[in-house]
Amino acid sequence: MPTYRTHLLVCAGTGCVSCGAFAFKEALEKEIARRGIGDEVLVVATGCNGFCERGPILMVHPDGIFYQRLAVEDVPLLVEEHLFKGRPVRKLMYVPPAAGAPIPKMADIEFFKHQRLIVLRNRGRIDPEKIEEYIAYDGYEAAAKALAGMTPEAVVAEISAAGLRGRGGAGFPTGRKWDLCRRQPSAPKYLICNGDEGDPGAFMDRSVLEADPHAILEGMMIGAKAIGAIRGFIYIRDEYPLAVSRVGIALEQAREMGLLGKDILGTGFDFDLEIVRGAGAFVSGEETALIASIEGQRAYPRQRPPYPAQHGLWGQPTVINNVETWANVPSIIRRGSAWFSSLGTETSKGTKIFSLVGKINNTGLVEVPMGIRLRDIVFAIGGGIPKGREFKAVQIGGPSGGCIPKELLDLPIDYESLTQAGAMMGSGGMIVMDEDTCMVDIALYFLRFTQEESCGKCSPCRIGTRQMAEILARITAGEGSLEDIKKLEALALTVKQGSLCGLGQTAPNPVLSTLRYFRNEYLAHIVDRTCPARVCKNLITYFIDPGKCVGCLLCLKSCPVKAISGERKKVHVIDQAACIKCGACLNACPAKIQAVMKTTGEEARALVGEIPAGTGP
Amino acid sequence: MAQKNRKAGPSGKAPLADDVDAVVRGVVEKYGGEKRAIIQILQDLQERLRWLAPETLEAAARELDVPGAHVYSVATFYKSFSLEPRGRHLCTVCMGTACHVRGGTAILEHFERKLGIRAGETSPNREYTLERVNCLGACALAPLAVVDGRYHGQMTENKADQVLGKLLGTSE
Repeated sequence: MPTYRTHLLVCAGTGCVSCGAFAFKEALEKEIARRGIGDEVLVVATGCNGFCERGPILMVHPDGIFYQRLAVEDVPLLVEEHLFKGRPVRKLMYVPPAAGAPIPKMADIEFFKHQRLIVLRNRGRIDPEKIEEYIAYDGYEAAAKALAGMTPEAVVAEISAAGLRGRGGAGFPTGRKWDLCRRQPSAPKYLICNGDEGDPGAFMDRSVLEADPHAILEGMMIGAKAIGAIRGFIYIRDEYPLAVSRVGIALEQAREMGLLGKDILGTGFDFDLEIVRGAGAFVSGEETALIASIEGQRAYPRQRPPYPAQHGLWGQPTVINNVETWANVPSIIRRGSAWFSSLGTETSKGTKIFSLVGKINNTGLVEVPMGIRLRDIVFAIGGGIPKGREFKAVQIGGPSGGCIPKELLDLPIDYESLTQAGAMMGSGGMIVMDEDTCMVDIALYFLRFTQEESCGKCSPCRIGTRQMAEILARITAGEGSLEDIKKLEALALTVKQGSLCGLGQTAPNPVLSTLRYFRNEYLAHIVDRTCPARVCKNLITYFIDPGKCVGCLLCLKSCPVKAISGERKKVHVIDQAACIKCGACLNACPAKIQAVMKTTGEEARALVGEIPAGTGP
Repeated sequence: MAQKNRKAGPSGKAPLADDVDAVVRGVVEKYGGEKRAIIQILQDLQERLRWLAPETLEAAARELDVPGAHVYSVATFYKSFSLEPRGRHLCTVCMGTACHVRGGTAILEHFERKLGIRAGETSPNREYTLERVNCLGACALAPLAVVDGRYHGQMTENKADQVLGKLLGTSE
């Protein structure tokens, strides 16, 4: 095997790929071949680095130099300067949003500096399509240890002692789930990996599936040993084609190496895995619904208990865990429960991956120890809010979660603290919102989502989410009444208590948490007919300031409904009756002119100040 | 390209009606005739045939030896399946939370205006289908649109015009 002096690790996650990572990689390989250093420098396509905002990304190993926002045109310079002259190219390095000097090394960049990688430990350093690279970083060592040297009881005990809890939502202790399943007398038993990551705004499971598929396979092998399963299924969302392909390759390679199939590693243990593709139903992320989907049925949830660990796939004992949970397992077995439980808080151990998206400078995936403060994630790692806007809230936990306001920025994040604050760990999606985000609109967005995704089996969820969405739509249209808030609260309680599965039981959370922390915004919509964030179309007006308009025709040309009249060098006017409030004119108006204004009821705004903020229940 | 959206299948020629039975038989065989694989089977069929026509669903029921009602119950439940013909070009606009807070709704409305169809519809000449999706998990690229399997991140009205301009120009 040839040894290379330098490895160029090109990120090939979905984010980078869509920014042209493959074209860049190809150009890089060509240039390296052309310059005759193909036997010294190796170009590798790795899994997602998590810093998706900055793609395409390149890491130079072993120098640790981090290049970002690369283009094909940068290739000759990069090869000449870095690879021949040994001079890292400063203009391709990351510059922090607060300006300052470029930061050459990945390890020194704030976004990466505060992270603690367990699940994502192989991100950006291995080619996920080569099992050898996974093995080179201690891969399958834990599986070998569990299969050859541990009893099922010992494996379960280790996972329990580590304090690992489910990373997909509710945070049920993984060890307890395994133990319950292990004790069932019935056979065969099954394992399922829940990769039906449906929470909008969360993509850590996709990233793990794409960047380190063998970690999931290995976790499931260990789980199989613990409960005595013979077969497992990896259920992946239909919207993740790259994940399906990478896991497929991983399965084939593991089988070829004898890590899956009959008599694994000569231990007499049999276990195999297959991929099942989802088909675009959010509810199939609920465990009993997912099981129905694997069985080839509609993804309807069912009453629990009995739990899947007792009565799961085809009525057999089944352990179902989320992608991130499975990917934690190998490290726990390899390094021990004491090491794992030394990280995190009293009740929540280890790390958690969050997807940091929305109105934030450093968008991407971050893995941090449990108990980290929200402020550190948003401001230290995330680099704060773009364009100097002010932070308003973080929505955590997707449609099941809630909005955390800035007063709670110092909240240490774990399962309990988030639930207490009215949000939820969920899968770990964090959507950052600034002053331009309307909280009533966000509540409506989530209720429309759950209404659409409700499977319809039970009426509190089917009808309740619909009613709540209709009330919220009325409020955002400026047609709400104070009575509507009471109705929302009553409905929320009914839907929470009466729904069959987690989807309905948590669906009211976005409404309840925004009512709790941002009630004044609801009141502004209802009483003042004002949308303080200027989002809700019925409550805003676009207006061209005649004092500023220079008559450049740009807005006039951009208007899709020809609602703007005017001539060159003459003030333009918007016909309010024809305006559809799309905002194209505002975007078209040059930054140095800023004649187009977005306004919401003048006299109404004066009233907003009189309503006390934060008068939650 | 690795990012090819399987649902798009813009190049897949729709076979003649006589061939449908053969296609269905082939796909069902690939899954060993297992009834539980019905979702995977329907996905493969949609990939090959672009949509699930009544004769396709009926053939699948025959080959799998299950009631037609069962095939319909699955096909109508999951959002990936289209029981109506789809256009040659598929435009998908992401409506995930990150896209929503960064103005995804305006992008969707822009697509609707430019293509003259609403989300979920196909143009009468069957050239374009416009769909909304609840999240593609590429939130760093928000707002995001996918046209014929290609991801276009940080969408603006202007960028959408460029992308659609190419499409509208080449589709005749």
